[in-house]
Amino acid sequence: MTQRAGPYRAQFDSRARQELQYRAAALAGLFTQVVFGFIILMTLLAFYGSSEVPSPLTAVQTAAYVWMAQALLGLMPWNVDPIAQERIRTGAVALDLLRPVGLYGYWYAGALAWRTVRTALRFVPMLLLAGVVFPYIGLQTYALPAPVSATAGAWFVCALVLSALLSTAVTMLMQVAMMWTVSPDGVLRIVPAVAIVLSGGLVPLPLFPEWLQPFLEVQPLRGLIDTPTRLYSGDLVGAAAASALMWSAGWVVVLVGLGRLALSRGVRRLVVAGG
Amino acid sequence: MADALRLWLRFASISFRSQLQYRVSFVVGIVGGFLVTAIEFVAVWTLFDRFGGLEGWTLHEVAIFYGVAHMALASADLLSTGFDHAGELIRSGGLDRLLLRPRSTVLQLLGHEFALRRLGRFAQGSIILAWGATRLGQAGMRLDYPLLAAAVFGGGCLFLALFVLRGTLSIWTVQALEVVNAATYGGVTAAQYPMTIYEAWFRRFFTFMVPLLAVTYLPVVAALGRPDPLGFPMWLGRYTWLIGPACLGGAIVIWNLGVRHYTSTGS
Repeated sequence: MTQRAGPYRAQFDSRARQELQYRAAALAGLFTQVVFGFIILMTLLAFYGSSEVPSPLTAVQTAAYVWMAQALLGLMPWNVDPIAQERIRTGAVALDLLRPVGLYGYWYAGALAWRTVRTALRFVPMLLLAGVVFPYIGLQTYALPAPVSATAGAWFVCALVLSALLSTAVTMLMQVAMMWTVSPDGVLRIVPAVAIVLSGGLVPLPLFPEWLQPFLEVQPLRGLIDTPTRLYSGDLVGAAAASALMWSAGWVVVLVGLGRLALSRGVRRLVVAGG
Repeated sequence: MADALRLWLRFASISFRSQLQYRVSFVVGIVGGFLVTAIEFVAVWTLFDRFGGLEGWTLHEVAIFYGVAHMALASADLLSTGFDHAGELIRSGGLDRLLLRPRSTVLQLLGHEFALRRLGRFAQGSIILAWGATRLGQAGMRLDYPLLAAAVFGGGCLFLALFVLRGTLSIWTVQALEVVNAATYGGVTAAQYPMTIYEAWFRRFFTFMVPLLAVTYLPVVAALGRPDPLGFPMWLGRYTWLIGPACLGGAIVIWNLGVRHYTSTGS
């Protein structure tokens, strides 16, 4: 088993080291994310304050939700692995097919490293800023709270792992779709827009109308932001927490299966132009 | 001036015809832009649906703020493609070619590529605005439409100024700075709601750094004909949109200064 995982791990390590070079770019994005975080959080709190209707999230849970969403924004399937996309476009994918490793696993390992390292480079400074600096400079109302309990923290870490696996599985589906179309603009515009709504990145999912909740709770994109964040803030506990994690794990299996199937079909009809 | 305008219209029409060569991709682009940006209104609608009101503002009033902000950003977006590509033009030496022509670089970049797919956001904003205005009209409210148009114009100038400044920065950094997105995309997100809902210290960013408070918020409040909760007199809102074109003028001066210091990569 260890021997078989070897090449995929090597691919993961190599991409991870490569992505770690882009630390400055991640910091440049941080300012924009902080501004967005404040706009969203102040808007939500203004709505809470002007209504008799109680919010399903407390103010503290909302702050946790908004900053976690900003910290995890890198997991949103905005784009596909640029290296793999370029290889599909130029035909270098033919070389990848010659490698004695599964193409799906090879791509998955690369995309996973790319996504997790990029996200981590934004996640850590965002947490430090919202969790440590904001309370220090007198912005307690807007600060990121600590996880409600040690159990919540542990659930959160499990959910983060699933979130990274899920995000990569969605990315892979988009990446495989590139084999069918030369101009992927459609996929690359629509998927992120849908994902930002259904993951909770635009509005916390519990604030959507009640009649939508049964659907929102079972769809896969919830696992990207909503599940880890609500486990962290103690909004999901006990059976609801277990069920949310089960759904995420189930979707990882289903989406990886779909991705493998689509890729094997894509490879069968793949024609690499010579030159 | 008339000559410059004629030339610019010619640039625009060339760009328009070239994009119509790929008709399907053109339509998909506009429809996609429409849907993707309309998602922002889903958030506004969801929150009003659950909470009913926002510090005394109704959904239909917020729709006016929303429409003005999105129409302003979309107009600037439509004109700014050339400045978005400034970094690339500098790296590749394409800017040298523009400098050789007997016209200002600003004119040439404004007509560089008239990305019509960005009309999707404009259409989306104008539909939301029209819907809000109709509902307010039914409720007996009279809106000042010329002032709303002035707010869109002023906001468009302000956003365009920011895109020009980002282009100018790329003369030195060769990479467009993501920080400017906080002012442009952050700005449209902030300005789609009335500025009263933000805390005073945060509002300062959109008052002094990026003056959306003056350029879109005050004119819209005046156009709605209601007293400003922030206490600015109503007559002020009739004129503050002029700060938008003033910022654009300033940004163009800075761009020209930057171009004067530009050294070609020598390709």
